[in-house]
Amino acid sequence: MMAAAQQLDRQDERLQDRSGVAGTFKAFFDRVRSGDLGSLPVVIGLVIIWTVFQTLNPVFLSPNNLVNMLFDCSTTGVISLGIVCVLMVGEIDLSVGSVSGLASAMLGVLWVNGGWPMPLAILAALVAGFVIGCVYAALFNRLGMPSFVSTLSGLLAFLGLQLYILGPTGSINLPYDSPLVNFGQLLTMPHAVSYVLAAVPGVITLITRFRTARRRQAAGLSARSMGGVLLQAAAITIVLELIVFYLNGSRGIPWMFGLFVGLVMAMNYALRRTQWGRSMTAIGGNREAARRAGINVRLIYASAFALCATFAAAGGMMAAARLASASQQAGTGDVNLNAIAAAVIGGTSLFGGRGSAYSALLGIIVIQSIASGLTLLDLSSSLRYMITGGVLAIAVIVDSLARRSRVSHGRA
Amino acid sequence: MTASTVSEPVLSLRGISKNFGAVQALTEVDLDIHPGEIVALVGDNGAGKSTLVKILAGVFQQSSGTISFDGSPVTLPNPSAALKLGIATVFQDLALCENLDVVANIFLGRELHPLQLDEVAMELRAWTLLNELSARLPSVREPVASLSGGQRQTVAIARSLLMEPRVILLDEPTAALGVAQTAEVLNLIERVAERGLGVVMISHNMEDVRAVADRIVVLRLGRNNGIFAPDASNHELVTAITGADDNAVSRRARRHGQAEAR
Repeated sequence: MMAAAQQLDRQDERLQDRSGVAGTFKAFFDRVRSGDLGSLPVVIGLVIIWTVFQTLNPVFLSPNNLVNMLFDCSTTGVISLGIVCVLMVGEIDLSVGSVSGLASAMLGVLWVNGGWPMPLAILAALVAGFVIGCVYAALFNRLGMPSFVSTLSGLLAFLGLQLYILGPTGSINLPYDSPLVNFGQLLTMPHAVSYVLAAVPGVITLITRFRTARRRQAAGLSARSMGGVLLQAAAITIVLELIVFYLNGSRGIPWMFGLFVGLVMAMNYALRRTQWGRSMTAIGGNREAARRAGINVRLIYASAFALCATFAAAGGMMAAARLASASQQAGTGDVNLNAIAAAVIGGTSLFGGRGSAYSALLGIIVIQSIASGLTLLDLSSSLRYMITGGVLAIAVIVDSLARRSRVSHGRA
Repeated sequence: MTASTVSEPVLSLRGISKNFGAVQALTEVDLDIHPGEIVALVGDNGAGKSTLVKILAGVFQQSSGTISFDGSPVTLPNPSAALKLGIATVFQDLALCENLDVVANIFLGRELHPLQLDEVAMELRAWTLLNELSARLPSVREPVASLSGGQRQTVAIARSLLMEPRVILLDEPTAALGVAQTAEVLNLIERVAERGLGVVMISHNMEDVRAVADRIVVLRLGRNNGIFAPDASNHELVTAITGADDNAVSRRARRHGQAEAR
């Protein structure tokens, strides 16, 4: 017998060899052809968008503009991370904009007007978000209210609450010299720190993949070649370090963006590598099967709704810090749709059971690139809305077509 | 098998009755399941087969009667109680998550290391389990959506064996399968029994039943209506299932007999 034939998971002759570099590429093309697109549409879309805007306005890809974009990304991006959670279980939260606005209003009223210590005000707003999520979960689990309807009524109700607690003045300015506003507008990483942090993903990839490969070999399972792992880790590190180097030509990487990416990585771990994440995916795929497998389906739904609303509150406060104010406009307009669009554009399915935390990151970069590009071209918000709406429609069409293709290729 | 009839039954039902309101779904049903024995449960639609299996799975509770496990009486108030006792059930619709791969489905709800899933150990255990059943799946890292009906049935059975049950209940395991796949699943059922598990299999297909069963238990209108050896004639079985010598099946057989005689 050949050495490869002794591996426990490589014994079936129907299985094509997918080891080595050529096999990896073939597997990738097969996956894409069958509709398992992953983040491919986003990357292609991003290249097109950046090329178009860069040719129209050379300022677009300047480090200054990109750093500003990263500041703007972080606020809606955090909200979008919550949307990924509810989409994973096949539900939706349409009220994230209002909840984010409510959180910013609470921050302004409690901290600036009420004289609460800032951390306490932030905590109170986060708890409010958590409670709102629990209310949605209770309506969904106990009364069978579709999340579409409960969160739609929440959209209106919490906008009303936001206006009510802001009172007749309607807008509260946050103190400019406060650490929170600094965090939202100015604070960037020292260059050395940013270079070190940019190396972290590559190192983590290297260590975890290497350990997995060693354990798989010891267990008699096929393992990825060390060369491939090294190549991947090196590629990740080089790309990230180049990006950081380019952005350090301007103000550098915002700490707020660092917080956003940290949250994305933590959520990615939770969704992929924990029992909770596995249960979320299972419920999104087949709720009844998950229930029969002994999963506490109601608790998982509750965790998804609560996480989503809590992230929305966090994102709302980050937006308030970015604008240095809590106003009646906070969280209205396109915040809601941008957050949902970012998750879908990034590759999280509206139909549940498929997605990743990274889709929030990729998707919000696409959305923010469009917004920033259109602003640089001095286009009115009417055109911005129309174009963003069109992009969302395209993203959902890609999602639907890919889903149909997955079904016909047996990949559901 | 003669050996199994000598051993003590692992699961024993005495006088099980179940009524839904005024409808008496089961009346005084007795059933014994021995280790390593395949018991086929047959009967017409509405005979009470599924109700009986659901009582054993803990989905329904009997109105009266006793269930003994290893000789001591037990109650099965919910599905997890049945599972804990060692009674695993494979329902007809399998209940697999198509978007998850084979390993994730087998370990769904029972993942190793909840806070840092141990994929290597789970994959290893999945392969061991599938190899013990001589089940042939090309890969355990493909989503279940890409598997055929027989392969899905295999995954569902492997999944139920993960908890090392003593008795496994199969509701129509071959209903939706083609000829070759049916044969594979029947082989699988035999291998499960060889591991010393008691197997209860509901089926409408007399051919499948006779192929693997050690005993055939007939239910009719919620009552025991005879226990047969696998070599019982089709006529005997159909008579027991339908409750009349003169039934649609025998009339059809007679008509064809006359047509051939002409």
